[in-house]
Amino acid sequence: MGGALLEVRDLKTYFVSKQSTVKAVDGVDFSVSQGRVLCIVGESGSGKSVTSLSLMRLVQGPQGRIVSGEVLLEGRDLLRMSERQMSDVRGNEIGMIFQEPMSALNPVMKIGDQIGEVLVRHRHISRREAREKAVELLRNVGLARADEMVHEYPHQLSGGMRQRAMIAMAMACQPKLLLADEPTTALDVTIQAQVLDLMRALQKETGTAIILVTHDLGVVAEMADDVVVMYAGQIVESGPADEIFDRPLHPYTRALMDSIPVIEEERERLRAIPGTVPSAAHFPEGCRFADRCSLVEGRCRERLPELRELGPGHSVRCHLA
Amino acid sequence: MSLAIGETASGAAPAEGAPLLELRGIKKYFPITAGVIRRRVGEVRAVDDVSFTLRRGETLGVVGESGCGKSTMGRVIMRIADPTDGRLILDGRDITQLRGGALRGLRRKFQMVFQDPYASLNPRMSVGSIVGEPMIVNASAPRREVPDRVAALLETVGLDANARLRYPHEFSGGQRQRIAIARALSLRPQLIVADEAVSALDVSIQAQILNLLADLRKEFGLSYVFISHNLAVVKHVSDRVAVMYLGRIVELAPKSLLYRTPLHPYTEALLSAAPEPKRHVSRERILLSGDVPSPAKPPSGCPFHTRCPKVMDVCREERPLLQEREPGQFVACHLY
Repeated sequence: MGGALLEVRDLKTYFVSKQSTVKAVDGVDFSVSQGRVLCIVGESGSGKSVTSLSLMRLVQGPQGRIVSGEVLLEGRDLLRMSERQMSDVRGNEIGMIFQEPMSALNPVMKIGDQIGEVLVRHRHISRREAREKAVELLRNVGLARADEMVHEYPHQLSGGMRQRAMIAMAMACQPKLLLADEPTTALDVTIQAQVLDLMRALQKETGTAIILVTHDLGVVAEMADDVVVMYAGQIVESGPADEIFDRPLHPYTRALMDSIPVIEEERERLRAIPGTVPSAAHFPEGCRFADRCSLVEGRCRERLPELRELGPGHSVRCHLA
Repeated sequence: MSLAIGETASGAAPAEGAPLLELRGIKKYFPITAGVIRRRVGEVRAVDDVSFTLRRGETLGVVGESGCGKSTMGRVIMRIADPTDGRLILDGRDITQLRGGALRGLRRKFQMVFQDPYASLNPRMSVGSIVGEPMIVNASAPRREVPDRVAALLETVGLDANARLRYPHEFSGGQRQRIAIARALSLRPQLIVADEAVSALDVSIQAQILNLLADLRKEFGLSYVFISHNLAVVKHVSDRVAVMYLGRIVELAPKSLLYRTPLHPYTEALLSAAPEPKRHVSRERILLSGDVPSPAKPPSGCPFHTRCPKVMDVCREERPLLQEREPGQFVACHLY
């Protein structure tokens, strides 16, 4: 893709110990263009969160290591930058939102100062200006009590308000890309609806690209322009969201969609996926979904299928597709 | 007294539809204390005047957001928490005041499955002991028969009988939840209270457990109180659904009615907020403003009036009662 804002090529992140090598992310390629929302969806152990941490170079060493790949932000490889250059990117060119706002915010620092710190660091404005800007940013994310809130600590806010404050902070420097890892998973549904609505509004207004990592296909259906489905450290299917939902091609994607109860439909019995995800320390030789796949054939166990493009932008890793 | 087994197996039990469990005006308040002498300065009204009847063989879903009191209600039903007020009637018998041995004897009739199968199983006990322990404690089976029964139970929940020799850490989350279910089933209960029993599981595993619960219901004639925050899951498993908000039931109806024609504005908002895994569904989204108020300082009148898009003057003053507005559909709202 020509106009990609962020392009990830053959990303591999392994966790190495004396006993084993855990291939958490094992050769992942995707790209996001300006103004698009890309959702990375997968279950526990699929590698979706390690992928997002790798993009920001926040994988815990020394066991965790990005062993290969490129992460190109407007052509510059983040993986080859110095730590100092990288810290100019984080929070400035790429904003981040995490699942647990309580652990991501500093508990002993006032909300206003935390947001202001980002601006002082990246925009080199005075503390006073930064505090005024913080009030404005909190208002933009729908927090009416913004001028009181800048003087409060994270524990004084509710979960939904904290997540809004996180978004305000992530958006402070008008990043080109917003990286959100399960941003609404810890929230109640009515609050989740508010936060998703806010993210969509901000995205329209500023044209920021968003990478949203989630396990919830409902959130994906709601937010995504493009979707990447991960399983056992690899992408098994990717493409435009409408394609993925209307014509899912990988047996895993299809099984995932059939396994969840849906309010709009009456499903007598759920089509459960038998078995469990293979351990990342001992992936099978062939297709990693083979043991749980209802369509498995001999060749599936012998050879790992390639990710092939079968329609415009729609790629699938399956011998049968 | 192992009547429970005979009753369900022989079909001598009262006809389906007879009440198995009844809650009458159940309240659970937690005191808020202050100072060194722990002076009582207020109370958290976790469950505030909840009444419903669960019929034999029925599954009642309970939905609501964090802090609505759904888990506390489950604990009150299990008599893990003592109600502040109200009565709890199981199988025609008032069990509100039951204690000690009498309560323990009755516990075999109702069992609980918890959310976190990592925390609810003793890591130092083999799976065989975990599943067999209730039978030994309650002397519900001769000791020498216990291993065979454990093996049979493990197979019932879809595990290998040899699993009894292993320990919880050797199993995945979904398998552990199967072990927890086998333990809950070991005394042949009539009622299972499942509190967020599939919430910690990945969706592909969640479907396995939901199917298992449905199979067991058929096989053993179980009744469930199924507590969850997930509206789609609750719809899938339940016959009737209760929606809770700030310690109260705001709507209670057969699921077909509740999901198709919700009456309470909160139910409507909740349903419209649940993201569906489908594209091109154009739904009117009702965005609620603000957060749930603290149950330590519940609003006057209707507990939902601070966020309700259809609020009227009367809502701020008078608490609406849960009343039947359509056949089978109960709602606590001044609009009707």
